[in-house]
Amino acid sequence: MTVVDLGMPGTRIAYGSGNLYEETPFPEHARSELGNQQMRANIGHATHTIRAKRGRVVGELPDWQDLRDAGSAIKQEVGARLPELLEQFEANVTARGGIVHWARNAAEANRIVTDLVRAKGVDEIIKVKSMATQEIGLNEHLEGQGIKSHETDLAELIVQLGDDKPSHILVPAIHKNRDEIREIFSRRMPGTGKTLTNEPAVLAEAARTYLREKFLDTTVAVSGANFGIAESGTLTVVESEGNGRMCLTLPKTLITVMGIEKLLPRFADLEVFTQLLPRSSTGERMNPYTSMWTGVAEGDGPEEFHLVLLDNGRSAVLGDPDGRSALHCIRCSACLNVCPVYEHAGGHAYGSTYPGPIGAILSPQLTGVAAEQNNSLPYASSLCGRCYEVCPVKIDIPSILVHLRDEDVRTKHGERDDAAAQQRSTVSAAREAEAAATGAQPEPAEHPDRVKKSRVPSEMDVLMKGAGVVMSSGKRMALAEKALPLGRGALKPFGGAKWLPGMVGGWTQERDIPVPPSQSFRNWWRKHGEETEQRVARDLGSTALAPSGPGEAPSSSLAGHIEEHAGWGAEAQAVIRARAGQSSGGESTKSSDATSTGEEQA
Amino acid sequence: MKIAIFATCIVDAMYPKVALATVRILERLGHDVVFPAGQGCCSQMHVNSGYIDEALPVVRNHVEAFTAVDYDVAVAPSGSCVASLGHQQPMVARKCGDEGLARQAEEVAGRTYELSELLVDVLGVTDAEKQLGSYFPHRITYHPSCHGLRLLGLGDRPTTLLSSVEDLELVELPDAQECCGFGGTFSFKNPDVSGAMVDAKIKNIESTGTGLCAGGDSSCQLHMNGAARRRGSEVRTVHLAEILASTRANPLELDQIADLSIPRVHATITPSSAAGPGGAQAASSAGGAR
Ligand code: SF4
Repeated sequence: MTVVDLGMPGTRIAYGSGNLYEETPFPEHARSELGNQQMRANIGHATHTIRAKRGRVVGELPDWQDLRDAGSAIKQEVGARLPELLEQFEANVTARGGIVHWARNAAEANRIVTDLVRAKGVDEIIKVKSMATQEIGLNEHLEGQGIKSHETDLAELIVQLGDDKPSHILVPAIHKNRDEIREIFSRRMPGTGKTLTNEPAVLAEAARTYLREKFLDTTVAVSGANFGIAESGTLTVVESEGNGRMCLTLPKTLITVMGIEKLLPRFADLEVFTQLLPRSSTGERMNPYTSMWTGVAEGDGPEEFHLVLLDNGRSAVLGDPDGRSALHCIRCSACLNVCPVYEHAGGHAYGSTYPGPIGAILSPQLTGVAAEQNNSLPYASSLCGRCYEVCPVKIDIPSILVHLRDEDVRTKHGERDDAAAQQRSTVSAAREAEAAATGAQPEPAEHPDRVKKSRVPSEMDVLMKGAGVVMSSGKRMALAEKALPLGRGALKPFGGAKWLPGMVGGWTQERDIPVPPSQSFRNWWRKHGEETEQRVARDLGSTALAPSGPGEAPSSSLAGHIEEHAGWGAEAQAVIRARAGQSSGGESTKSSDATSTGEEQA
Repeated sequence: MKIAIFATCIVDAMYPKVALATVRILERLGHDVVFPAGQGCCSQMHVNSGYIDEALPVVRNHVEAFTAVDYDVAVAPSGSCVASLGHQQPMVARKCGDEGLARQAEEVAGRTYELSELLVDVLGVTDAEKQLGSYFPHRITYHPSCHGLRLLGLGDRPTTLLSSVEDLELVELPDAQECCGFGGTFSFKNPDVSGAMVDAKIKNIESTGTGLCAGGDSSCQLHMNGAARRRGSEVRTVHLAEILASTRANPLELDQIADLSIPRVHATITPSSAAGPGGAQAASSAGGAR
């Protein structure tokens, strides 16, 4: 990773901690999750439903691609001006009566929140669903300090009462169906008992009754924030259920934990994001509740407002030009909903707070991919590109995945030893701090499978090195292909192969290998390349072909199968643009798409 | 026009029939086809596995092979490999600090087209029956592989061509835009998830009742076909180029699809009388490319 100087003299890169670790390598974790047929059915159903909804509401906006460009540009500006915008934001929040706290990592943020709650002399708080507090493990931390937090978002409540973990950014209980929810509620909500049915309305009513008391009795609330407006100090939470509005207005004290990347420079920027976010996340034109508050106002809402600004690895992400756009994420979850890997493996397989495609790039970047806890995540993708296609802020997730794979390989080859050591010490320090706070034994920082004994080349190294030698020369390819008849002879009696040894055995776990051809094209062509006339005569006989001229591309694109401007990758755009002038055909649909697709990677 | 064929490593070694089919289509349109002998691989496998340093010589080789030979445009029967040329090769060169190579790679990529793209955009073919003599009297479905779909934006070029083949019936594939689960080394690094993805794909192909799925990427087909066999499914795959090359005079028969060798019928010179003038030409290109 190229580290860019952020102008902070003598500051070591601070990596993130908290609920950001994949304790078991993804392939292993995914394997066990794939066996959970109920979970897969629930997620499959839910993601397909929401995909269709999103597709409908996105499709009705003629300027959707312009909105994506605008969202991406604003977020890029935030990254470029972050220090300045943060100071402006702090000044404005303070000027309007808010109190700003800075937290470098999960432990600091947890301590700040705990102290604030203690100072109010309470041992219960209510919470608005928030990814930042999930990330730092606030609920678990508070629990250890004798403070009970009540999640008030319906899905988050289901997860909390079920002693479960969220598996989706927006719908944390997406892996549960109605029957499972009914079971959790009747077990954990006093007074619901046998009358509870699995009707959504009945379940929602039970939750409403249960929560209403908490809203009225609790004096401290903790929230996250979707956006923080630098120029005014305004905070924003968007939600669907109204529980957020209650938490933000009823209690006396409000504590908001916000990642530093959630800033927007101007109030007017909300115009872009209030269009992008609901359509991408719930498939609604507008979310039911948008709450905004600026500091405190006498006689209206909380009397005291604390804002905890959380870094937890974000500065480290910002320091990597090839990966920093992961910070543009607005947590809409569109990439999860379309991802085939997420659909089959489910959110828990990703281990950390952030599942799906965004989790596969964000978690390893926050902790550092060299920390080893997350080094299987960048491989948890077939690079199909659907995530990029739907991302409202155009994060080039596939390209970042490839970049992180490169970083992982370099780490394993000993090119990132300093960063790796620092990332590992962050992990163990965080574990010790958490253990000290809760009085538990610190967990080992390393998954036993991941500790490397020595730096001998891995099977993958050998495969890649060997393939590289052969594939970088036509002569060596031709030579290697001379072995084809041998393979054909060996496999023909069996109709192919069903087993390969070692790592590539992963191929034959799921697929047969066909009987190879008797000769490669290259070697065949050497003998038959010149037989053009005979080939044409054999194929056409006496048929005369209609003339073909310079091409004219069909105007429609795969009839509704794909949204326009889908091609990701800044690099490809230069090429496609160059090609647009070259094709002898008319304006191709592709070239016109491509010119406006150039996602900036600055 | 002089057209250079980039066979791609997987087609060259495992699906020579597909490269030949590509050649046959272009030759019957009156174009000169050359095979730059220095060619190897696009580097995608290395790049997608994170081995950027190891990808560099592969990239350099491709760029050299396709600048050493004279041609107007190049073609490859693979959306994924063509996408890699423009999307990944310049990135690899830049990461390794070789701006000159990056520019050259962009230049080569700018002249290299995926087959359906070349046919429709450059050569103006939109009616396969009339303009190519294509004939394939079967019901098939079509899977658009991800990189052709999303990186190249092939749109309906492949289906326009397929549906204009004489006597071919194209049945729409449900959830066509879903990935088949191949993903290069993803297929063996995450075999369980890859397997779950291909399960869904095979079920969708089965639901079309065609049993035969066309596509433009042999690597995805190697995976789908192998998985279908393992699962005891009747589903088989066939490359778009083979269907377009099939004619009334020389039709592709269903029972020929499984054997990956180039059938003898396509050779005029028998193996014993080999070493014709073609060999000399290929060898000279090879010398130039290296
Ligand atoms: S990466 Fe993009 S699509 Fe995914 S959650 Fe973030 S904003 Fe949404």
